[in-house]
Amino acid sequence: MEFTLSKQHQLQQQLYRSFAQAEIKPLARDMDEAEEYSPQLLQKMQQAGFFGIPYSTVYGGAGADNLSYVLCMEEVSKVDGSTGITISVHTSLCCHCLNEFGSEEQKQKHLRPLVNGSKFGCFSLTEPGAGSDVAAGQTTAVLDGDDYVLNGSKVFTTNSGFADVFVAFAVTDREKGARGMSAFIVEKGMPGLSVSANIPRMGIRAASNCVVTYDGVRVPKENLLSREGDGFKIAMKALDAGRIGIAAQAVGLAQGALDEAVKYVKERKQFGKPISAFQNTQFKIAEMQTQVDAARLLTYRAAAAKDAGQPYGSHAAMAKLFASDVACQVTRGAVQLFGGYGYAREYPVERMMRDAKITEIYEGTSEVMKMVIAGAMKVK
Amino acid sequence: MKIAVCIKQVPDTTEVRLDPKTNTLIRDGVPSIINPDDKAALEAALRIKDGAGASVTAICMGPPQADVALREALAMGCDNAILLSAREFGGSDTYATATILAAALKKGDYDLIIAGRQAIDGDTAQVGPQVAERLGIPQISYAEEIRAEADGVVVKRQYEDCYHLIEAKFPCLVTVLAEAVQPRHMTVRGTVEAYAADIPVLGFEDLKDGLNPDWIGLKGSPTNVVKSFAKQLKGQGIRLAGLSEDEAVNTIVQKLDELCII
Ligand SMILES: Cc1cc2nc3c(=O)[nH]c(=O)nc-3n(C[C@H](O)[C@H](O)[C@H](O)COP(=O)(O)OP(=O)(O)OC[C@H]3O[C@@H](n4cnc5c(N)ncnc54)[C@H](O)[C@@H]3O)c2cc1C
Ligand SMILES: Cc1cc2nc3c(=O)[nH]c(=O)nc-3n(C[C@H](O)[C@H](O)[C@H](O)COP(=O)(O)OP(=O)(O)OC[C@H]3O[C@@H](n4cnc5c(N)ncnc54)[C@H](O)[C@@H]3O)c2cc1C
Repeated sequence: MEFTLSKQHQLQQQLYRSFAQAEIKPLARDMDEAEEYSPQLLQKMQQAGFFGIPYSTVYGGAGADNLSYVLCMEEVSKVDGSTGITISVHTSLCCHCLNEFGSEEQKQKHLRPLVNGSKFGCFSLTEPGAGSDVAAGQTTAVLDGDDYVLNGSKVFTTNSGFADVFVAFAVTDREKGARGMSAFIVEKGMPGLSVSANIPRMGIRAASNCVVTYDGVRVPKENLLSREGDGFKIAMKALDAGRIGIAAQAVGLAQGALDEAVKYVKERKQFGKPISAFQNTQFKIAEMQTQVDAARLLTYRAAAAKDAGQPYGSHAAMAKLFASDVACQVTRGAVQLFGGYGYAREYPVERMMRDAKITEIYEGTSEVMKMVIAGAMKVK
Repeated sequence: MKIAVCIKQVPDTTEVRLDPKTNTLIRDGVPSIINPDDKAALEAALRIKDGAGASVTAICMGPPQADVALREALAMGCDNAILLSAREFGGSDTYATATILAAALKKGDYDLIIAGRQAIDGDTAQVGPQVAERLGIPQISYAEEIRAEADGVVVKRQYEDCYHLIEAKFPCLVTVLAEAVQPRHMTVRGTVEAYAADIPVLGFEDLKDGLNPDWIGLKGSPTNVVKSFAKQLKGQGIRLAGLSEDEAVNTIVQKLDELCII
């Protein structure tokens, strides 16, 4: 068993870290306040190859692996949770669907620009009436000549404000329940596709997150992913992969807040000494770092399993379940160590605490993670 | 156009600690980085590659661990990398380092050689100019900008109170300042390709045709370190303003007198 990163992974970590510190950190607070992501930063990340990390160079990706992708998610989320989800939804939800289930033509046409850094993708699954219960989706797709006609409305679609490619899920055969769902590649500019303004949120406020309406959108038959009826399976597979990224985002948020706290407690003086001299502070910091390391190891295990071609769904669910809880606890603990200044928006820890909460909710709530883990253990 | 960039791997600290007994650098526990001026040198070379087109080779003399610095250079966009590493090279001072670098550079037939102004650990700013002397080619130091032309370069050289624009024909050597250019980030694909690449390691045997064994390594190093210390910042100086010429002359003379300089 090997617990050190390879030289190549270390170099990648150095890239992600120096990029995050130099390019993202200075913008994070302003982007959160403005509730808007910087288009220039998006472009810089595309140029550095952050939007196609675990995809083959055959399609223009970076040709790195899932562990490298996790290292990226961790480093960017240390300074900004919004950046984490922006990269993650594009990479491990949208691109994953195309990479695993797309035909060769679909990959050449749609995956290539997404992973080579010229286009952005999103994943449009959740509906107002269908969150944890994915199969309750009401959006429909009806074949009419050479096109499917999509009707319905999706909520909370991350990246939809600037996405070029929407992987959208719709019911093609109501009778068949979950097996009656299909996945489609919907392209920006198709008539009937509309995206709302940003949904006001508690955290990851710089990320784009909107209601997407499909009003008689005609999607050519060749944009059906895999076969009719495969939609539910595609969504579940994508979410399995996506959860590794969310776990890494949670690890990054926790470590980022902890790093800030470690710096702060050495500087802040009360009762004539730095607050780091109080044993309570030392014990809190020790507990927090231990929690973060445990979360990180679960996350790396899930990524390594995926890279090794082993089953990883349950590993990913455990990593996300644990890391998201750690992120919430550790960011809250960091705010506490900062005292009143932690609550003030001048310091980044309050933003990290707000950002951390969503990791327990999206890409499957913590409750859903437990259903996945127990299911894999055949406890039913 | 063929460009070579000399990069040195240095400890990541501007406050280099010295062993008081041996006067050598304490490197234990300090992470290694590409010398900042040399990163700027890489950026300068890659900008020429982006513009006029060029193949860029990064060259480093150092222990086997210096491989990491060369991989980073590849991940930034260099086409090739060469490591100069051998027992015989150990203990080289600037003179010996330049001798070894020059021997390797001679084999490559480069149009342009770019080095950093100075290394943050050794701090001598000698190696670049010494390499140029060894190769018998023109050199321009303290460059802020390098513009490549068909048969040479035009360099904006920093000077105390002004810039010089200097032209030189190929082959030539330029040393570059870190503060002038923001080096680019690596790319993810670059890191993957960097580790797929072969980095040739040239040792004494590979270079010995162009190398006098008496000029390299510890025994070939004329430098004798008497004392090492952290250098002091030069003072701000005093600016005299609003004085007539006569008043200024008198004030300066008086000051020089006070300091017992005259
Ligand atoms: C910021 C943000 C970004 C998002 N991005 C995307 C995106 O890009 N694409 C996309 O498709 N969706 C996205 N979502 C949607 C997200 O995945 C859902 O919100 C999430 O899956 C939960 O669904 P819900 O909100 O409908 O909650 P519900 O499913 O209504 O859950 C409410 C509560 O009930 C619990 N619960 C539900 N069922 C059970 C059960 N069987 N047993 C026990 N407890 C249960 C849940 O755990 C939760 O605590 C995003 C959401 C947010 C807030
Ligand atoms: C006081 C002192 C004591 C030293 N003692 C020892 C010792 O005991 N043993 C020992 O091994 N070394 C020793 N050195 C180190 C050695 O002399 C220098 O590191 C080396 O010759 C480079 O000189 P520099 O660091 O001053 O580089 P500079 O001349 O400041 O560097 C200028 C540029 O030259 C290029 N360059 C320099 N070195 C290399 C390299 N290795 N590969 C590629 N390009 C390079 C880079 O582009 C760099 O930016 C000592 C140095 C000093 C100042």
